[in-house]
Amino acid sequence: MAIEKKELEPVQPTRKEQMLARFKEIEKKIAEKKVIGPAYGLAKGLSITLKTMTRRAVTQQYPHEVPDLPPRTRGVIALKEENCTVCMLCSRECPDWCIYIDSHKEQVPPKTPGARPRTRNMLDRFAIDFSLCMYCGICVEVCPFDALFWSPHFEYSETDINNLIHEMPTLAEWVNHVKPPPPLDEGAQPEPEADKEAKVFEAGGAVAAAPAASGAPAGTATTPAREAAPGPAAAGSAESTPAGEASAPAEAEAAAAKAEAPAEAKHDEGPVEIDEETYQAELAAGKPERVARAMAKKAFVIKRRKQG
Amino acid sequence: MTHLSMIPAIAESHNVFLGFDFSNPWVLLGLKLAAVMVFFLTAPLGVGYAEHKILAHMQARLGPMEAGRFHGWAQLIADGVKFIQKEDIVPSAADKAVFVIAPAMVLVPAIMLFVVLPLGPNGFWVENMDLGLFFALAISSISVIGMLAAGWASANKFSLIGAIRGAAQLIAYELPLVLAGAAVAMQAGTLSLPGIVEAQQNYWFVFPQIFGFGLFVTASLAELSRPPFDMPIADSEIIFGHMTEYTGIKFAFFLLAEYAGIVALSILAVVLYLGGWQGLPFINFIPGPLWTLAKVGALAFFIIWLRATYPRLREDQLQKMAWKYMIPIALVNILLTGIFKVVF
Repeated sequence: MAIEKKELEPVQPTRKEQMLARFKEIEKKIAEKKVIGPAYGLAKGLSITLKTMTRRAVTQQYPHEVPDLPPRTRGVIALKEENCTVCMLCSRECPDWCIYIDSHKEQVPPKTPGARPRTRNMLDRFAIDFSLCMYCGICVEVCPFDALFWSPHFEYSETDINNLIHEMPTLAEWVNHVKPPPPLDEGAQPEPEADKEAKVFEAGGAVAAAPAASGAPAGTATTPAREAAPGPAAAGSAESTPAGEASAPAEAEAAAAKAEAPAEAKHDEGPVEIDEETYQAELAAGKPERVARAMAKKAFVIKRRKQG
Repeated sequence: MTHLSMIPAIAESHNVFLGFDFSNPWVLLGLKLAAVMVFFLTAPLGVGYAEHKILAHMQARLGPMEAGRFHGWAQLIADGVKFIQKEDIVPSAADKAVFVIAPAMVLVPAIMLFVVLPLGPNGFWVENMDLGLFFALAISSISVIGMLAAGWASANKFSLIGAIRGAAQLIAYELPLVLAGAAVAMQAGTLSLPGIVEAQQNYWFVFPQIFGFGLFVTASLAELSRPPFDMPIADSEIIFGHMTEYTGIKFAFFLLAEYAGIVALSILAVVLYLGGWQGLPFINFIPGPLWTLAKVGALAFFIIWLRATYPRLREDQLQKMAWKYMIPIALVNILLTGIFKVVF
């Protein structure tokens, strides 16, 4: 072992280690002078407290002045109503079951004449019982459509516990308190999501078509917090891309069915065509025309991806 | 050699109080007692409030801001009202009589100390004893009995550890305190506190007695159990020492005694070393009592400053410091003072 150790190259000291070594040297020098050794440290301590006293205190006197909270403060959960698709994920994941959602279905006229009318979930009630909520933030985490946000607002105490159930208008009002996220520290790794958005944006023409084709709920996937994002569509599609990218084909299917356009925009150019072979095979297997066409489109995308 | 009878202001001062001549001894006595109580109840509050604020600002905080509207000036009054309202708990295992009387044993000597302390010339003191310095140092060490009583009567190990620590600390630091004071008495040639102040007419004793001054201030910090010498109440180790089991007004008495002690020992240090009411030669229009109070304020600020800055010493470091360094230095200081006194 000892021999091996000798062969190892000397490790370059880090900046921190260099600093510590320098401090130690200074301290040694001071300690060597027997008289001023301890006195130096004592006087330095006194000077620090005195200096602090002459500076302004950092206290923010809360009830009299509004505290300066960091943008990501987890004060209360706010709802951006337009983004909600009533997928119920938040309500199901909530450990306290404190999110109440009511909805009904509505028929939406088809986009192209002659097509089948679509049904869509319409949100009737979205309420959070903040007397049960434990502020774990799982609902914000799971929301796939950026409808839930942490808002820095925190002054919503009530004298009656029943009043802590907050309904849609209140939750929506709190969205106004959400601040844009702070800029990254210098030299920090770029935010992975931000990176993806940039890529989506670079893909060019296809991206513009993406939001329309992706069937993103309510058409707008705007995130109020992400003002720097290239556009509402890009933000929306970027959310759903990763699943498709990591594709085992089964996953790709899910991704393609959910948001085929973004996947396409990422990897390929040009519109999706129908893979005739698969289409005929599916039809022959007795599948409905709609399913056959979807499978054929998926097959086309997979094939094209394999090619290039 | 200055002798008491050589100073006219002191020799004729038996009926003079606060600059007025009183012929009726009862009126005089009543006034003196009232003055002691008023000073005893206000000055510690001032120091306490200053400590709240200075400590806070030294830690980049604001301290009390609400009570009394303006920068929390009434905080300590509010605290007092709160302490009075609190439940007065006596532990069932406690030695009740001793437990109840212990706060008084700490408080009364703290009040009595103010009897001899002079604030200004022409009778700005309650009593001018010939043995004033002796009286002050003796009475200030009585409080340790109250401390021991409180610790023992509480029937609580933390209280007992705190009390024993306090006793050991006070014995260790009483010596350098008395020895430093003795050197001053030698130089002044009197034990009377106004006499010592008068003896500093030409120069303050802090200059010839610089080591003595350092010893005196350090030892009085330890005497008061103030940080960095607060091992007897070290709240991170032994809860609150001898005060652990005390609540309400009894606890407030201990705190009041502590802050009164800061005021008293600051006045004593000012009298012994900083020239008492003697001002600087150019600024003669400021009255003597204000000079004393300003110096006391500066010293109290220094004591608070030390609290904000230094961590607590370990118990053995404390003892080592007293017996191995401070007491020998104090003895050498006395020796040198004696030599200089004889030679010059």
